[in-house]
Amino acid sequence: MYMIEARNIHKSFDRLHVLKGISLNVEEGEVIAIIGPSGSGKSTLLRCLIHLEVIDRGDITIQGQPFAYETEEGKSCYVPDKQVREICKKLGMVFQNFNLFPHKTVLGNIIEAPVIVNKMDREEAVDIAEGLLKRVGLADKRDNYPSQLSGGQKQRVAIARALAMKPDIMLFDEPTSSLDPELTGEVLKVMRDLAEDRMTMLVVTHEMGFAREVADRVIFMDDGEIIEEGCPKDIFRSPSNERTKSFIEQVL
Amino acid sequence: MQELLSEVVIPTMSYISRIIVPMLEGTVVTLKLFFITIILSIPLGVLIALARISKYKLLSSAVATYIWLLRGTPLLLQVFFVYYGLPNFGIVLDNFPASCIAFVLNYAAYLAEIFRAGIQSIDKGQYEGAKVLGFTYWQTMWRVILPQTVRRVLPPVSNEAITLVKDTALVYAIGLGELLRATKIAVSRDAVTSPFVVAAVFYLAMTFVLTKVFDKLEKRFAVY
Ligand SMILES: Nc1ncnc2c1ncn2[C@@H]1O[C@H](COP(=O)(O)OP(=O)(O)OP(=O)(O)O)[C@@H](O)[C@H]1O
Ligand SMILES: [Mg+2]
Repeated sequence: MYMIEARNIHKSFDRLHVLKGISLNVEEGEVIAIIGPSGSGKSTLLRCLIHLEVIDRGDITIQGQPFAYETEEGKSCYVPDKQVREICKKLGMVFQNFNLFPHKTVLGNIIEAPVIVNKMDREEAVDIAEGLLKRVGLADKRDNYPSQLSGGQKQRVAIARALAMKPDIMLFDEPTSSLDPELTGEVLKVMRDLAEDRMTMLVVTHEMGFAREVADRVIFMDDGEIIEEGCPKDIFRSPSNERTKSFIEQVL
Repeated sequence: MQELLSEVVIPTMSYISRIIVPMLEGTVVTLKLFFITIILSIPLGVLIALARISKYKLLSSAVATYIWLLRGTPLLLQVFFVYYGLPNFGIVLDNFPASCIAFVLNYAAYLAEIFRAGIQSIDKGQYEGAKVLGFTYWQTMWRVILPQTVRRVLPPVSNEAITLVKDTALVYAIGLGELLRATKIAVSRDAVTSPFVVAAVFYLAMTFVLTKVFDKLEKRFAVY
């Protein structure tokens, strides 16, 4: 069973056709790096997988459960809201600009969803949160507000917050792109650890080093299509497509 | 001559002690109207604001019409309507409940617009952050959006609260014995204007306390 099975996904914003038939199967424990030029639809793809955008056509299945499916008329529908929420809980997402809750402390940010959404006991949630904070190296920041943290620290809190819901799949949309270069390392390290723990991960990234070293598979997207995919070695050393080749030459 | 003039404008201690009781009684009515309006119009204003930004067009435009009507006509006219107009529809109200209803409905409309602006000033990323954690719409509103809105709307709400203290004087027009009416009675009876000065001090005291309370609240919310 695939963790994510997406078939022939199409998405347009008004007349702008952003995803032009994307198909993608993600295996358990697989780390996929999605690379490609700006505007190629990488973020939109991730956002469609977690229902922040709705697809126009195609099917999405998450861990064997239908999530969105194409009807006879060729329009896609999502399963009812309640199921959408249940399925989305299996996915965690980390954003480029963190989206932490500024009115909550670090600890408050992490326990919020377990307590409010999953009705977990506060003490239990705090225990889990403290464990996660240790894991991302921020145990001493538990009572700080996000505004008191550096970008790298914020992003690590955001990762801990997503992990607190015990997701089976993590989506990362350029998690290090808004960070100062010297802060990307600490975030990438947390992501490497996650990958080592066999978390299923989809990572949109400009960090070619991360893609090459950590990803099991690299997907190159351009203009709403998957142009090429394969293991990092092949994609980076000997891309078969011209567009992939020129993109990789540019970023390396 | 000099003495007489000051007697008329600046109240003496002995005179104050004579008028203080009815004026305090008037102040109690003023405060009652103030608190009832604040306590009821804030939650109502939140609901109206949420309805205003609802994706259900019918609800949102119905509420827009409500806000237009209540903000577009004088508060005093609304008080008159509830007090003198509603009896035509078989609803007869005493002047105090009538005032409360008109004030709550009017202030809820103003507050709703403040809350709407506050809610809409919250970054879209907050909704997305909540959504990917599995929050429902109401959980997102109560736990994420509204708490952040509070801090942003405190200054304009403080303005409204101060206006409200002074607006309570309007209900004088339907014979409710609030502070201004108590003042005017003393003025007419004793043929002096000094009770006006006392009333001004009372209003200033109330708005002073209010300003302090809102300052405290703002400080409290400034922690993040
Ligand atoms: N909500 C939206 N409304 C309209 N157009 C949108 C919206 N979101 C994205 N787009 C457009 O869709 C296209 C793909 O955007 P997307 O953000 O998916 O690209 P990306 O590959 O993530 O790019 P980047 O590397 O710059 O983040 C862009 O042309 C963008 O302007
Ligand atoms: Mg993007």
